[in-house]
Amino acid sequence: MTATAVLLRRPVGTLAAIVLVLLVLVAIFAPALSPYDPLTQSVMQANLAPSAAHWFGTDQFGRDVFSRVLTGTRSSLLLGTISPAIAAIAGCALGILGGYFGGVTDRVVGRAIDLLLCFPELLLGILVSAALGPGFWELVAALGLAFLPRFARIARASTLSVRREPYIEASLSVGCRHALVIWRHVLPNVSGPIMVVLTLWVATAIRLEATLSFLGLGTQAPAPSWGNIIRDGLNNLFGSPWPIISAGIAISVTVLAFNLFGDAVRDLLDVELDE
Amino acid sequence: MTPLLQVRDLVVEFRFRRATIRAVDGLDLDLDASGTLGIVGESGSGKSMASLAIMRLLPQPAGRVAQGSIIFEGRDLLALKASAMPAIRGRDIAMIFQEPMSALNPVMRVGDQITEALHLHERIGSAQAHARVMEMLELVGIPAPAERAYAYSHQLSGGMRQRVMIAMALICRPKLLIADEPTTALDVTIQSQVLDLLKRLRRTLGTATLIISHDMGVIADVAERVVVMYGGRVMETADRATLFRDPRHPYTRGLLAAIPRLRDHRRRLHQIPGSVRPAGPPRPGCPFAPRCDLARPVCAEQDPPRIVLGEGHIAACWAVAEAVS
Amino acid sequence: MLRTIGQRLADSVPTLLLVVTLVFLALRLLPGDPALVALGENATPDQLDLFRHRMGLDIPLWRQYLVFLKDLATLNFGTSFMNQIPILDLLAASLPYTLALTAAATAVGVALGVPLGVLAATRRGRTADTVARLLALLGFTVPDFYLAALLLIWLALGWGWFPINGLGESLPDQLYHLVLPAVTLGVVKAAFISRLTRSALLDVLGRDYVRTAWAKGAQAGRVIYRHALRNALLPVATGLSVSILSTLSGSVAIELIFGRPGLGSLLIGAIETRDYPVIQADLVVFAVLVVAVNLAMDLLAVAIDPRLRT
Repeated sequence: MTATAVLLRRPVGTLAAIVLVLLVLVAIFAPALSPYDPLTQSVMQANLAPSAAHWFGTDQFGRDVFSRVLTGTRSSLLLGTISPAIAAIAGCALGILGGYFGGVTDRVVGRAIDLLLCFPELLLGILVSAALGPGFWELVAALGLAFLPRFARIARASTLSVRREPYIEASLSVGCRHALVIWRHVLPNVSGPIMVVLTLWVATAIRLEATLSFLGLGTQAPAPSWGNIIRDGLNNLFGSPWPIISAGIAISVTVLAFNLFGDAVRDLLDVELDE
Repeated sequence: MTPLLQVRDLVVEFRFRRATIRAVDGLDLDLDASGTLGIVGESGSGKSMASLAIMRLLPQPAGRVAQGSIIFEGRDLLALKASAMPAIRGRDIAMIFQEPMSALNPVMRVGDQITEALHLHERIGSAQAHARVMEMLELVGIPAPAERAYAYSHQLSGGMRQRVMIAMALICRPKLLIADEPTTALDVTIQSQVLDLLKRLRRTLGTATLIISHDMGVIADVAERVVVMYGGRVMETADRATLFRDPRHPYTRGLLAAIPRLRDHRRRLHQIPGSVRPAGPPRPGCPFAPRCDLARPVCAEQDPPRIVLGEGHIAACWAVAEAVS
Repeated sequence: MLRTIGQRLADSVPTLLLVVTLVFLALRLLPGDPALVALGENATPDQLDLFRHRMGLDIPLWRQYLVFLKDLATLNFGTSFMNQIPILDLLAASLPYTLALTAAATAVGVALGVPLGVLAATRRGRTADTVARLLALLGFTVPDFYLAALLLIWLALGWGWFPINGLGESLPDQLYHLVLPAVTLGVVKAAFISRLTRSALLDVLGRDYVRTAWAKGAQAGRVIYRHALRNALLPVATGLSVSILSTLSGSVAIELIFGRPGLGSLLIGAIETRDYPVIQADLVVFAVLVVAVNLAMDLLAVAIDPRLRT
């Protein structure tokens, strides 16, 4: 199948991919694209409705909402991709460790995964950010830990199934070291299923980041993020609904694009596995 | 006397996006009230699909009857509205299946499942219904029925489950019982118990029975008349005695030769070479031809003629046709 | 049956111990210094030491743990830093509202999601299926707090159909105040439950015992609702615990939006004011609720499926 054929057969996934590319470009060039400084306040310009000058209106401090939403793209995408990536790496390490070596190691790892899986991601995120306090890397840690058990479970399951394959036994019997066996045989088998779910978890991570920022546990004011734009908007309900509406649309579109793109990726990989 | 069930030229097809598969191709069946008819064939011969077609329970949405008629008590079931079928299923025609474990609802007590079948078709008080269920459970040989009725299917043994299925099927005294591989999933000793039960019940209740099996031994034990199916087609039809004494179709002969006999244990067990051709789109020619010792060029090209060999003895085979003429 | 329930209860005790331990360790072992987090960067070393002493953070970890467990067992959570109110009172005042909101949202989610899932499964590819699919997409896409804010803007602020925030006075008034928060969380939940119900029911409808029900002469409604749905609800019950827990954590944001008291408001307020003992106690209660919900859904599964009984 050629690339074009893939694109034509999955118009929804293609559209989602285009949206994602645009979002990345927006995040990179946010300062250049923003018509105003996202932090500059102007009491005279407070609570304006959308207009040619302010596409998304202004908030209670007279800051341009469009510029704030554009800038918010940065923290959303950055946190939304870094955290699941870190969680995937750490989760894989943990899951492979348990699944490969089995025994006591696996029982400890398995129990820990089960325990963390009891908790909804948001609660884990709140727990970690309550312990660590605010900050970018603190937030990465909070989101990362929230997703870690999900990835660890998948990695452990795939490792367990590969571990039983005869060629693993064969490799070990001819003197391969565990590290080499894991690198050559286990890792490639684990990375497939992980890659499939990764995009979908990015969508969840973006939503979670927005929620934590909304709760005041994520990106701290005055730096804009979609979550805290909505939080500020909530304190200004009678002033203007536009900050809430615009930031919310930004979140929804991004999450939707990642979800649809993730579905398309999964379908595509499933098809490849079938054929 | 009009027969209870008369199936004529039944064609069952499965339509998928890419292909149409013909599972049953021109089946004729005749069954008198309180008679027994056996359909024997390997898996994939279309025998189960034929029985589901009679109940109008073909797997949806792919399965459908493309052609033919199913006359039950003078009415063509295929001409009835779908909404008329529930009143016939369970009351006039009942069915038992191969896997009693999965055929019983795991979250309902077995007694309730039998009672439900009764309530679906008869206006009857709960005390009376209970009595009928107990009576039926006793009839199918379930000891301590009052206790067993409270059990869930996972608490019963395989044989007990099949007895429950039989009780559920017969509770409304249907005129026709379709038993689709009723003993295949059971241990050998339990198999013969269940077959004895089916025979005894047919004698006491007078229910006509259509029994379907891949096992010639089961068919020989229960059925008065036998239809041999292969690849969706009827190979040979005869009453039991004739079929075992004088099988004419090469496939029937192969099947009979494959039954182990105690007397000549030194001989190797016969087996039919090759394997069943997977069901596919309708093709001309005899489906058994690729595995047949007596195959000749015409077998693969033209449908074999139906040769009447005697009273109710028909074989569809080119080789038989040649031998007769 | 009773023995199974006892068994499950006994099984959840070690889990309970583990989750509260998780909270204990998270607040102490994660790199953040609780004293620094609580008092801020500008605190003097003396202030930090005083804080550690008051919180019992200056003794060895294993002794802290024993004290923590003892306090927990005797429900002695100490007093709030902010206002010296016993924390047990704060929790007791908040818990009912969070439970009410979660229960109401779950009721909305199940009442909406299960029928929608049944429709989607039985009319595959038709309008109901499409509606269910779109709702699911909405549920997985729009964050609950944004949906809440939108409903607040339109239904409460714009059209004045609902109160904007608070709890309400009388019982009917309280229920009236509960509608928007419960519907917000419930719709998101319904999206998940309808997908779950749809796939579980589609699986069950292909099972042999469903064919048996048809063969008995049961009508479609009876086959679907009496035979198939009850079996399909088993995976739904398992999924429901995930869903209830995400509603429970989602209630944190919803309480904030609608200005409702509850465990979430208490927690966020405590985090903002760095009220360390309240944070710990509140998180412990959340952890206990997590175990309780898992246990309850476990027992529900036992009630549905006799095979799970010993």
